[in-house]
Amino acid sequence: MKKSLIALIVIALVVLLLFVGVKNSYNRMVTMDEAVSAQWAQVENVYQRRLDLIPNLVNTVKGYASHERETLEGVIEARAKATQVTVDPSKLDAASLQKFQETQGGLSSALGRLMVVMEQYPDLKANQNFRDLQAQLEGTENRIAVERGRFNESAQGFNAYIRAFPRNIYANIFGFERKAYFEADKAAAKAPEVQF
Amino acid sequence: MKRVLLFLLLLVAAYQLMAADLPTRPDPPTLVTDLANILSPAEEQQLERKLVDFFAATSNQIAVVSVPDLQGNAIADYAVQLAHAWGIGSEKFDNGLLILVKPKTADSRGEVYIAVGYGLEGVIPDATSKQIVENEMIPYFQNNDMFGGINQASTVVMELAQGEYNYQQYAKNSGSGGFNPFIIIIILFFVLPVIFGSRRKGVYTAGGRNSSLPFWLALGMLSGNRGHGGSFSDFSSGSGRFGGGGSSFGSFGGFGGGGFGGGGAGGSW
Repeated sequence: MKKSLIALIVIALVVLLLFVGVKNSYNRMVTMDEAVSAQWAQVENVYQRRLDLIPNLVNTVKGYASHERETLEGVIEARAKATQVTVDPSKLDAASLQKFQETQGGLSSALGRLMVVMEQYPDLKANQNFRDLQAQLEGTENRIAVERGRFNESAQGFNAYIRAFPRNIYANIFGFERKAYFEADKAAAKAPEVQF
Repeated sequence: MKRVLLFLLLLVAAYQLMAADLPTRPDPPTLVTDLANILSPAEEQQLERKLVDFFAATSNQIAVVSVPDLQGNAIADYAVQLAHAWGIGSEKFDNGLLILVKPKTADSRGEVYIAVGYGLEGVIPDATSKQIVENEMIPYFQNNDMFGGINQASTVVMELAQGEYNYQQYAKNSGSGGFNPFIIIIILFFVLPVIFGSRRKGVYTAGGRNSSLPFWLALGMLSGNRGHGGSFSDFSSGSGRFGGGGSSFGSFGGFGGGGFGGGGAGGSW
């Protein structure tokens, strides 16, 4: 009688410990998952900021270099494509992130081409409005780099957490999945370099 | 076993190389950290005093840092990393700002960057940072007056952060590039002679050209034309909320953990 009582208490304790362990891990996973999503929102913000700058930039450039139609259209088209691709923050898997990065990279290289062409227009380069836009664009590219870096960091923290034993088991049970990372940009998709 | 240990050591070393080697936070905390020795002790003190007073009055933290080299980083990356790592500004308002200077050396250009914390991005947009760098700092730096440029820029930044004027007003008054010098010349030599010349015919050419009046008139007319479409967007930084911080008056207790997201702009000379 007494023995079975002790056994019962031991089992209850083990279950309790296990429960506490699982609960803590689960809650931590939720917090980290939310942090990754919040960081993703920041990433989308700064990319959106770039999308918002482009119409103004294109209009300013048009006034000075209207016969660079092809380059300008390239930018508009790339922007339209980039606008269409959005990523569900609760599903940051490799495929969707890669698609996002591809279209945004396309926009980066279209902008890069535009900036190279602009070097030939001293009037445009002297225009204060254009210079302001250039500074904003540069700042936006910096912000993109910063927020992407922070996203990778927080995604990496989350991945490391859910893949360690025994949390990998709980993560599996509760359906937490690995987050994808941003890859380093290819040379073609480099941020436009602006020179004076 | 030894091999494993060696490998691990190498791994650690490689990892440390990857992160930019940032200078450690100044201890005791100062707002001016002149690692490249571009300021004299007196100048450093004067600047520190000014920045600390500003912090005490408004809670905005403006830090000035100089480094001898950027270790191969772009100055924008380096500045943002440094400012974020040090946590310039308060954690709650992210109201920090960093002016980073890398002086010119025999084989490299001088570089400067203004990194703006999240909370100040509204009052100091990137284009304004760029204007400050180009109009207030680089002209001094080109004359080797490091203190002059930093001092001037910090004054403008403070006034913007305090809302004494907004960035649009700054852009209007800072002048450079704001209007085409060509237009001034046209007005000076063609438009004004037509206006005044018709009244006093030959007399103008003798007296008018030496007088500076037409020039200022021209300027006045120009800035009148460049009115800002009634934009009353007053981005006050909310500095008033802190009134007299009281306890920390005259001393600076350390950086508060403010965040930076890549806002700002730089230039080189």
